[in-house]
Amino acid sequence: MSSLDHLDALEARSVHIMREAYREYKSLCMLWSVGKDSTVLLWLARKAFFGHVPFPLVHIDTAYKIPEMIEYRDRLAREWGLTMVVGQNREALAGKRTYPDGALDRIACCKQLKSEALKHTLSGEWPRLVMDHATGGYVEDTVREPYTGVIVGARADEEGSRSKERYFSPRDRSSDWNVDDQPPEVWRYYKTDFAPGTHVRVHPLLDWTELNIWEYIGREGMPIVPLYFARDGRRYRSLGCAPCTNPVESDAEDVAAVIEELRSGRYSNIAERSGRAQDAEDGGGLETLRREGYM
Amino acid sequence: MSAPVLGGSARAADDDKGASTARPTVTPASTIERMDIVVVGHVDHGKSTVIGRLMADTGSLPEGKLDQVRAMCARNARPFEYAFLLDALRDERAQGITIDTARCFFATEKRRYIIHDAPGHVEFLKNMVTGAARAEAALLVIDAAEGIRENTMRHGYILSMLGIRQVVVLVNKMDLVGWDSRVFRAVADEYGAFLAEIGIGRSEFIPISARDGANIVGRATDAPWYSGPTVLDAVDSLVRREGLESLAFRMPVQDIYKFTAEGDDRRIVVGTVESGVARPGDEVVFLPSGKRSRIATIEAFAAEPPSGLVPDAAVGITLTEQVYVRPGELMTLAKQPEPEVSRRLRASMFWMGRAPMVRGRRYKLRIGSAQVAVELAEVTRVLDASDLGSVKDKQQLDRHDVAECVLEAAHPVAYDLADANERTARFAIVDGFDIAACGVVLAVGDDAMSLLEDRVRRRESAWSGGEISVDERRERYAHKGKFVVVLGSDRDGAPIVGRALERALFELGAHTYYLGLGRSVTDLDPAEGDDPLERAGRLRRLGELARIMTDAGLLFVTAPGDIDEYELEDLRMLAAPFALFVVRIGEASAGLHAAQLSFPARADADAVAEAVARELVNEGVLPEYYI
Repeated sequence: MSSLDHLDALEARSVHIMREAYREYKSLCMLWSVGKDSTVLLWLARKAFFGHVPFPLVHIDTAYKIPEMIEYRDRLAREWGLTMVVGQNREALAGKRTYPDGALDRIACCKQLKSEALKHTLSGEWPRLVMDHATGGYVEDTVREPYTGVIVGARADEEGSRSKERYFSPRDRSSDWNVDDQPPEVWRYYKTDFAPGTHVRVHPLLDWTELNIWEYIGREGMPIVPLYFARDGRRYRSLGCAPCTNPVESDAEDVAAVIEELRSGRYSNIAERSGRAQDAEDGGGLETLRREGYM
Repeated sequence: MSAPVLGGSARAADDDKGASTARPTVTPASTIERMDIVVVGHVDHGKSTVIGRLMADTGSLPEGKLDQVRAMCARNARPFEYAFLLDALRDERAQGITIDTARCFFATEKRRYIIHDAPGHVEFLKNMVTGAARAEAALLVIDAAEGIRENTMRHGYILSMLGIRQVVVLVNKMDLVGWDSRVFRAVADEYGAFLAEIGIGRSEFIPISARDGANIVGRATDAPWYSGPTVLDAVDSLVRREGLESLAFRMPVQDIYKFTAEGDDRRIVVGTVESGVARPGDEVVFLPSGKRSRIATIEAFAAEPPSGLVPDAAVGITLTEQVYVRPGELMTLAKQPEPEVSRRLRASMFWMGRAPMVRGRRYKLRIGSAQVAVELAEVTRVLDASDLGSVKDKQQLDRHDVAECVLEAAHPVAYDLADANERTARFAIVDGFDIAACGVVLAVGDDAMSLLEDRVRRRESAWSGGEISVDERRERYAHKGKFVVVLGSDRDGAPIVGRALERALFELGAHTYYLGLGRSVTDLDPAEGDDPLERAGRLRRLGELARIMTDAGLLFVTAPGDIDEYELEDLRMLAAPFALFVVRIGEASAGLHAAQLSFPARADADAVAEAVARELVNEGVLPEYYI
């Protein structure tokens, strides 16, 4: 019997946080973008609950996600028997009010297709689709209750504003994050009580770095969407919408090669989101988006 | 991509094979050490600059970050500062102070660090606490020119309360005092003495100039008199906390899982181990209930289960014998030192709530995984945080007060004293929806009159009744007043019995009244949370009501649910001077109650009502001719 190594310790803290959320919140969900972080989160949930995922997974489909991501999402949802819920800003898409349509800049498009869609999907105001496991397709979800606890895979090392997040982070009625007045978190005591009408974002991965994520994926031998591995000299380091996410140059074709690349290779000193175009448009990084509910 | 591996179980029989666990290892990640460090100190003494410099000089910044910040400063016509690297949010750049604790990641050859940059402004102390509570060691920054200030003291004290035992003190801005060794020594002597006094024995003092990078990574050229370590050296020689394994085993029960999907019939007790080690086959005791069982298996998913439970592991176990355990209990090992169990605790705490902590108001105590209603029973002393002198005659805790006081919980809780095990001595207090205090238990509270006893005594002298005596009422109604408590869960049929009893007594001609309590209190599912404040409040109102109804000569019947012996004791106290008549339906699940009558679960309600009525005749409450 040995004490915990650093990945064990990260895993244990994340599991503890998820179990706190599961005990405290009646209406709990987990956001799953299909990216590596939230897929690790999903894997951790299965560990925390011994093979079960006792809450729905919510995916915000901007309709511009790289198609492989959606295929991958549905395959895993079927295999693991997940309660898969999908939300979308149907109005903006129908009205062609998006960046790819030329109607908005990148930041405003993120706000429409992600922040707004997320806010109204969580609150239950906009329709949700849920996977019907009998057919593998999606049907309108009859459950319209707001989610009061939302588990999110944000990491502190992603960019400045995320480095200040709490494990349990309250959002007010309009999903806003008051970064100037965050609740204290002491030892294993988190803010699990919240006023009616507000909800809490839960961040079990806050202490993980990009490198930790890959080390863990490697150690666990867990599934991950293959877009992260190099094909024709390029791979995605971070996944998002196709028009705003660019693959980086790389010949890392498997997990071990990705770890090597991050540890001492060409990306050991380059920020992960450098391939994300919307970050560069706003001087405050993601702060504007985050305050308004961007995950 | 392979299909998920199904969960396995480490059984008592194969206890010894854990070490051979084969995981698909890509890198020897297990050899990498990790440590959380907090940087604290008074506002403007240079914390963010120290971190910015540490990251820049160790090459830990992302490529382009330094240039990006330099460019931003140029655009805004501001001189570049290393602190800007950290103050990533706009608000902080504008005000030039750190508002919230921010994490930075950096690695040396020795280990990987998470640095928590804690704000030094008094307004943001709760954020400093948040950063410091996550850390194993602290860097405390003091401005050489300004010297020791209010938050230098307060932060030191809070670090000590939070359990940090290693502090590296950085005497910053040495360039402003001409690298005068006497200035450095004076600060080191004064503050070193203070740290020793508050129990931080292991401290190091380093003269630095963060702005110039002197003694951060590279050596200062202006201080030939200093031959000690640089900040980087000192950080790398901090030691990992050890010895938790050798303490008694403690695991707060976080939850009980019974997922029925796909035929899963395991009942899994989950929690995160605070200290000690346990293995399958070990006998366990849950406190405060005192329930005993043995660890049957350690459960895991998609991995070989570990051979034992170790500190900080988030685990799940099954038990050989199914005992009814609720989240909130402390799992311990039999034959090891027992934790304390009491309602009163003497504690040291730091209040950060917006509203002061006052006597007579109910708060929520979180200790381990327990959540119980609590009141401030006594304020022993309040420290003036700026100089840590004692403030006299203060009976409430204001924001940022550090105090020693006595708390009284509605139920007994299990914990250790800070001397024995600081992890299980830690608690937090919730006011409304917010964590308003953190603290550690110093001693078991003394057995002075409980707050409730005191309140009942004052109530009795405050209430003034009318002129009709108890005897006059008894003569008019032809029976005495009585408070009948039907204990037991909804499932076992206790409320049905209560209502049947009311009906039976009414048909006999008695003056009677039944009042039940809502489901959330009466039928607590271990998987569901129940607000302890609401529960305590409802029971208290019920007790007061019972006192009045019984005094009015009524046969007052209630079914308060599956309450424990302490809650029953509270009802007894509140109903005084009238005695209770206790009927139990089903098995007592929390503690044993002395009941006048006991019946099996789901017993026939009318038959029970009749038996109770007969017993009330025997006790002289109802007259003989009623039956």
